Amino acid sequence: MLKILKYSFYDLMRSRWSYVYFFFYLILGFVLLFLNNDVSKAIITIMNIILVLTPLIGTIFGVMYYYDSREFTELLLAQPLKRSTIFMGQYFGVAISLALSLVLGLGIPFAAYGLFQSSEIWNFSSLLVTGAFLTFIFVALSYNLALSYENKIKGFGFAILMWLFFAVIYDGIFLILMMSFNDYPLDKMALIGSSLNPIDLSRILIILKLDISALLGYTGAVFKNFFGTMSGMVTSFGLLVAWVVFPIWRIVGKSRKKDF
Amino acid sequence: MIKIEQLYKSFGKVDVLEGLDLEITDKGIFAILGPNGSGKTTLIKSILGMVIPQKGKIYFQGEPVMGKWDYRSNISYLPQIAQFPVNLKVRELIEMIKNIRGQSSNEKRLIDLFKVQPFMDKKLGTLSGGTKQKINLVLTFMFDSDLIILDEPTTGLDPVALIYLKELIQEEKAKGKLILVTTHIMKLVEEIADKIVFILDGKIYFEGTVNEIQSKTGEDDLEHAIANILKETYA
Repeated sequence: MLKILKYSFYDLMRSRWSYVYFFFYLILGFVLLFLNNDVSKAIITIMNIILVLTPLIGTIFGVMYYYDSREFTELLLAQPLKRSTIFMGQYFGVAISLALSLVLGLGIPFAAYGLFQSSEIWNFSSLLVTGAFLTFIFVALSYNLALSYENKIKGFGFAILMWLFFAVIYDGIFLILMMSFNDYPLDKMALIGSSLNPIDLSRILIILKLDISALLGYTGAVFKNFFGTMSGMVTSFGLLVAWVVFPIWRIVGKSRKKDF
Repeated sequence: MIKIEQLYKSFGKVDVLEGLDLEITDKGIFAILGPNGSGKTTLIKSILGMVIPQKGKIYFQGEPVMGKWDYRSNISYLPQIAQFPVNLKVRELIEMIKNIRGQSSNEKRLIDLFKVQPFMDKKLGTLSGGTKQKINLVLTFMFDSDLIILDEPTTGLDPVALIYLKELIQEEKAKGKLILVTTHIMKLVEEIADKIVFILDGKIYFEGTVNEIQSKTGEDDLEHAIANILKETYA
């Protein structure tokens, strides 16, 4: 698997888009830090960008890479390799190169700013960790869709819809539900509802880490009571891991039955 | 070397292979022929494990191969369309396949033969179709496999490369290998094939030598003989 991973990784690292993505974060980091001069504020701004952008980029790159490397996959399938080896190698190649663009792109300006002497280092690293998680999750989800649809346009369309669902529509439905059941105690539902969406889950994790949960109002207190504890932290990280593992498991299963 | 029993494969509502039986025990060059959509590529891809049949069994060198992967280290396959990762250089692609297979290879000779030396440090995305096909041939013939499968090997090749390809195929045959070729160019079949396997409606319609198919249809020319069979079935 490492061989495939290595080549997929090189292939992507050489494509222009990885650089665009990397430089985008690099410039963003420098601009926010050196124009703003306030690390905490910069981190909040970056959080908002990461929560929308990493899933979107992960989704687009995942689908694009799958369809683009289709003939190459066929070449590999004729070699003495297990199917799961090929698809896992490609998946991790994409996910790792994207995660690296994020971590390096934001890490360099922060390191240059002297973050390592600052107390914000943990907040900042939790930001990068959740960003990396989101990348792994959304690349895996979009890979699933690409595997399921032979038609590029369909696969691409559904992938974008999936992103839109998690980034926007989910919250909308959630809000409507909360409003219409206003008279009932909703603490548990709010907790469960936001745990089931990886983007919401990441947002809550970062906000709690940044200690700005007051922004969340009453539910913030509920969240803090749950996620703020050790078991809450473990549960939420477990959920993020599950969001990575389950789609990967389906990639393996799906690829085993697919015709090329 | 290859034995296929009652192979069924359909894509959605389209039945492609309908209980295909085939046994190839001898060595040499086998041409797999049939009209468009008759299942030639599906058959080949089933042998390679790229297409997963609904029913049936496939044996390679006496072992059942479905769901396995290591048997492919003894098969070289030339796919129909040569398409490679655009950001890799030719040299890197060759190194990569060598690295994956971990077998000894003789790519140097093939690179000289097809004159692709000047392209070695070019990215694959910048190459022409014919050059890509030559790279494809280098990748296929550089390993010493008992079974060589060529799916439309002549696509995009210039006449000189075509002559070299035929020589290469004969060379491999002399080494005692089994070579399966699909093509629509009957001249090539007449020139090189020891036997013909004709697929029609998802089954083997005919298996035998070029002479046998000619006497069966009463046509001297292979192209007409094949056309005869097709006309009969279209009617």
